[in-house]
Amino acid sequence: MAKEAIVRTIGVKKSFMLGKVPLHVLKGIDIEILKGEYISIMGPSGSGKTTLFNMIGGLDKPSEGKVYIDEVDIAQLDAYELAWLRCRKIGYIFQTFNLIPVMSALENVMLPMIFGGLSTDDARNKSRMLLESVGLGERVNHKPLELSGGQQQRVAIARALANDPAIILADEPTGNLDLKTGKEIINLLREMNKEKCVSIITATHDLKMLDVSDRVIWLRDGIIERVEDRENITIKVGEVEGE
Amino acid sequence: MAEQKKIEKQLSLPLKNAVQMSVRNMKVRFGRAIIITTSILLGIAFLTSVRAGNAFNMSLILNGPEEISSLLAVDIAEVNARQGWLVSLSLLVCIVGIINAMLMSVTERSKEIGTMKCLGALDKFIVELFLLESLAHGLIGSIAGAIIGVLTMTVVYLIQYGGLIFQIFPTVVIVKDVLFSILLGTFLAVVGALYPAYISAKMEPAEAIRREV
Ligand SMILES: Nc1ncnc2c1ncn2[C@@H]1O[C@H](COP(=O)(O)OP(=O)(O)OP(=O)(O)O)[C@@H](O)[C@H]1O
Ligand SMILES: [Mg+2]
Repeated sequence: MAKEAIVRTIGVKKSFMLGKVPLHVLKGIDIEILKGEYISIMGPSGSGKTTLFNMIGGLDKPSEGKVYIDEVDIAQLDAYELAWLRCRKIGYIFQTFNLIPVMSALENVMLPMIFGGLSTDDARNKSRMLLESVGLGERVNHKPLELSGGQQQRVAIARALANDPAIILADEPTGNLDLKTGKEIINLLREMNKEKCVSIITATHDLKMLDVSDRVIWLRDGIIERVEDRENITIKVGEVEGE
Repeated sequence: MAEQKKIEKQLSLPLKNAVQMSVRNMKVRFGRAIIITTSILLGIAFLTSVRAGNAFNMSLILNGPEEISSLLAVDIAEVNARQGWLVSLSLLVCIVGIINAMLMSVTERSKEIGTMKCLGALDKFIVELFLLESLAHGLIGSIAGAIIGVLTMTVVYLIQYGGLIFQIFPTVVIVKDVLFSILLGTFLAVVGALYPAYISAKMEPAEAIRREV
């Protein structure tokens, strides 16, 4: 079975200018992520995970190299097409949830659908359905601040799924959650990944994430140290924890 | 590489939803909304009161009794010039205040703006939201300011000249002045918000989200 690559990066480099000194954060990243894969990007703090995410998600531009989403070179897209890509193709989940504080859970989930051109009624119905599927059917009218961290992240997951994206990018989705809630969120992501065949890419320090990942990409100092398949992961866990 | 797939374009923010979001924002950040609106209100109240005062003077000169009109006619030109300065200055302060308040509100909402862009918001949606807000500030502030300005001057002239001012009340001129003030106040509020709105819309989402406040 020939699997299609949904994300491909070729020699992606990113540097920031700190005053006059360039800081090379990504030093040439080549990865290929297939449709429906669940990928974890692991690496110590400062290794460039978030920066790599921003490149893949079209949230920032690489200094060098190319990023292809669904075989489209995103550097070639104009502002409108890029916004469309963010709206329809990619769902984002953040460590700090990033829900719009003045909107209810329902409205937060509706927002990307409204941008995507769905009518308010259709958006509301679909939003209800999504919130139900993440286990928040009862809390649709609550504002983010009235929800716990785990519940807020569930809303964020529902929002990320709003326009049936091909990819979900989750940057430390469990970083602000306790162990049990983190586990629930990971399982939910895995479930959505299986159910909707959406590719999930997470950046994480969370070793619980290893169990569910199809592949793990280890990042260190802006380069890929190694890539592991699921079969080899369990063996390595002990080693990681010893680090 | 496979062929570049065509991306069909369709993104929208219906006016109804935009208005709803702006209203919500103003309710939640009510303190800031009040400050911006008050600054417009004060500037416009000052402008309108000066113009209404001039209208009363002109009407008194043209239609009032001889002893009052000859007294007023002497130094009217000089007074007008001085007042012109004051009005310009007060409006300038007013615009700077609006820009400052909008800049703060943009910085404060940087993460929210970045998030909206991740969800597919176009730059113009962001600008639209900020402009809608400042349009509301401008309209409310300048309508209230214009009314307060006219009322204040009417009271001042009433105290000074008594019931006479109702006989010479320059209705047409004052209505024109009020409309002018409202238009100007709204225009200034929108112009004052343009720069911050533009800046916020232009940020890369990654940068907007990173910028913790
Ligand atoms: N906009 C920026 N300007 C300057 N330096 C930056 C910027 N963004 C990231 N960096 C630097 O790039 C390096 C990598 O940052 P990044 O956020 O990608 O790390 P990370 O792997 O996500 O870390 P963490 O696990 O702590 O989130 C850091 O040294 C950081 O200081
Ligand atoms: Mg990070």
